[in-house]
Amino acid sequence: MQPIDPTIALEGFGPGVEDRVRPVTRRSGADRWFRGVVTGAGAFTLLLMGLIGLFLLVRSMDALRAAGPSFLTTAAWEPDGGAFGIAAVLLGTALIAVVALALAVPVAIAGSIFITDYAPARMRTPLVWLVDLLAAVPSLIYGLWGRAYLQPKIIPISDWLSTHLGFIPFLDADRAAGFAASTFVASVVVALMVLPICTAVMREVFSQAPPGEKEGALALGGTRWGVIRTVVIPFGRGGMVGASMLGLGRALGETIAITLIISPTFDLGRLTRILETGGNSIASLIALRFSESSSFGISALMAAGLTLFVITLLVNAAASIVVARSRSGAATEI
Amino acid sequence: MAIVELVRDDATTAPDAARPIRFRRVERDDVLAIGGAAVAASALAWLLFTRFTAAGVNLGMFVVGYVVFLLLVWGIGREQYDAVRARDLVARAVFWSVGLLLIVPMVAITVYTVAKGVAALTPNFFLEDQSRVGPLSPPSVGGASQAIVGTLEQVGLATLISVPLGVLVAVFLNEVGGRLARPVRMIVDAMSAIPSIVAGLFIFAAFILALGGQLSGFAAALALSVLMLPTVTRTTEVVLRLVPGGLREAGLALGATEWSTTRHVVLPTARSGIVTAVILGVARVIGETAPLLLTTLGATAMNANPFSGKQSALPLYVYRLFQLPQEVAIQRAWTGALVLLLLVLVLFVTARIIGGRGAGHISRFRRARLAREGLA
Repeated sequence: MQPIDPTIALEGFGPGVEDRVRPVTRRSGADRWFRGVVTGAGAFTLLLMGLIGLFLLVRSMDALRAAGPSFLTTAAWEPDGGAFGIAAVLLGTALIAVVALALAVPVAIAGSIFITDYAPARMRTPLVWLVDLLAAVPSLIYGLWGRAYLQPKIIPISDWLSTHLGFIPFLDADRAAGFAASTFVASVVVALMVLPICTAVMREVFSQAPPGEKEGALALGGTRWGVIRTVVIPFGRGGMVGASMLGLGRALGETIAITLIISPTFDLGRLTRILETGGNSIASLIALRFSESSSFGISALMAAGLTLFVITLLVNAAASIVVARSRSGAATEI
Repeated sequence: MAIVELVRDDATTAPDAARPIRFRRVERDDVLAIGGAAVAASALAWLLFTRFTAAGVNLGMFVVGYVVFLLLVWGIGREQYDAVRARDLVARAVFWSVGLLLIVPMVAITVYTVAKGVAALTPNFFLEDQSRVGPLSPPSVGGASQAIVGTLEQVGLATLISVPLGVLVAVFLNEVGGRLARPVRMIVDAMSAIPSIVAGLFIFAAFILALGGQLSGFAAALALSVLMLPTVTRTTEVVLRLVPGGLREAGLALGATEWSTTRHVVLPTARSGIVTAVILGVARVIGETAPLLLTTLGATAMNANPFSGKQSALPLYVYRLFQLPQEVAIQRAWTGALVLLLLVLVLFVTARIIGGRGAGHISRFRRARLAREGLA
């Protein structure tokens, strides 16, 4: 049952949470304390987020001032030698995330439609469990499994792709360099990690497709696929975009699985040949270099972390806006 | 985090009275058509790749087999009905195969981790630490007790920090609200997207560089609580929203203050949901490795004091050993990974079971206690 919402009974008294039934008498001392403490906790989260940005900014000022605009264009990471910038790691992060999404999103769309519209009722709950469980597996275990089990299975595929489809940009590779520890291998593992997140959000969206319209399409003689094509997918379009962007945010920030799999490279040519050995990402750069860095090196890593922080916030904010603006998103939260 | 969804999913039922038509019935004809096509396609692909050519079992076989499968399904639909039904049948075959594909990774990860890790899962893994372990010591020597103690303390401290705060924020969002609620909700959402390594960087900058704290289990706990806070807050908020408004009104109408209504009515009603929120928060951070790399580095000897000195943790233990060249070390890493995976599975299933109960559910033990107190 839906909880009885007092605001419905009080229609006309104005909108919003403020208009829950309130005691008419003046609030007691205990309540003023209660509201103060609880509001303080809310304000603290705002403060905490501000502090995260502020501390990263302050600590990265040394490095940013020394590097200037070249921080964005240099494809190397030798802070103590003076040449460092995020061009290579940013490109590597973006490549891993984009390839991962290209693999995960189609599967997530089909999987979530399967859960909402095809799976027999008895299969539905176990599948939802399974998807949620897949999201709960630590990224460390994905990394171990990806390197030990998945990588040997992917290498022949990379080999095949580069041999037969090597004329397509990004898919060419230097066979001598090998196919292990590549951007592609990391992308497949990250795809498995964002798959459950995308599937869960899309399932939520598709399950809210208006029953009236679905039944209308059926009544007009539509098949099940017809209903999905004409009602469910158009309804869920905004939610699909939002879910993909949410997945993008996770893929960009993924650290330990990528660190375990790629062999870091700063060669831009190598980075863009995604099947070939060698990849990079901001998060894995931080994880790998942190313990051996001088204090200036740490400042440079803070600058890289700040970049990652800002990018994930922007992607996430964009996702929320897309979802909130879409027809399906108004009632959905991500 | 997607796992947040499960509470809402369990606790709410379809909101509108008009129950939508759900056609889930699996038609016998369709099963026969799709199943038959699948058998025929796999047989054909197998023949093509192993008997007619010497390609052997490879990816190409599966791709060719799948394409043949879809063509066959389409052909059967075309033959029996018409183009529209044929497309419907093909769509059904595609969705079913993707749906079944969803099961593969979880099974593969679990089976592989168990197979790799179970051999070294002996009592000494839990009882001994790593200080006397040489690079070639057999798995029967030494263990990960220092890492297990470290993880328990770090996650415990993170829970102590983030749960009260998370519940307070959720109470603020749902019970008090006001102009601040919108930005707070937005920030909590944004916080759940912070990459875990950034949380580690923040604690390093704020706690270790600025406040002069040391690399320790406590620093790790602080970083973990930054990651745990949004999970706890969002799950708790969803649960509080399900507490019937009538209960609040009854409390207030009896003259109770907002504080005692929240304390004695709202929170107890949402008890099981809050427990679920805590468990999901713990499951979220228990396997986090990246922030620990920046805040506590790890250690091979037992250090039971989280406030002083470097401390090990299970994810760090796995991460470090996995990168060593020795077979034995990698085997230890898998055992650690297995323990982590089991912990997450147990936490998750517990959360599901508790979360599956409705708001206000009174457990057997609690009912007995209430009966003793003469309340029920």
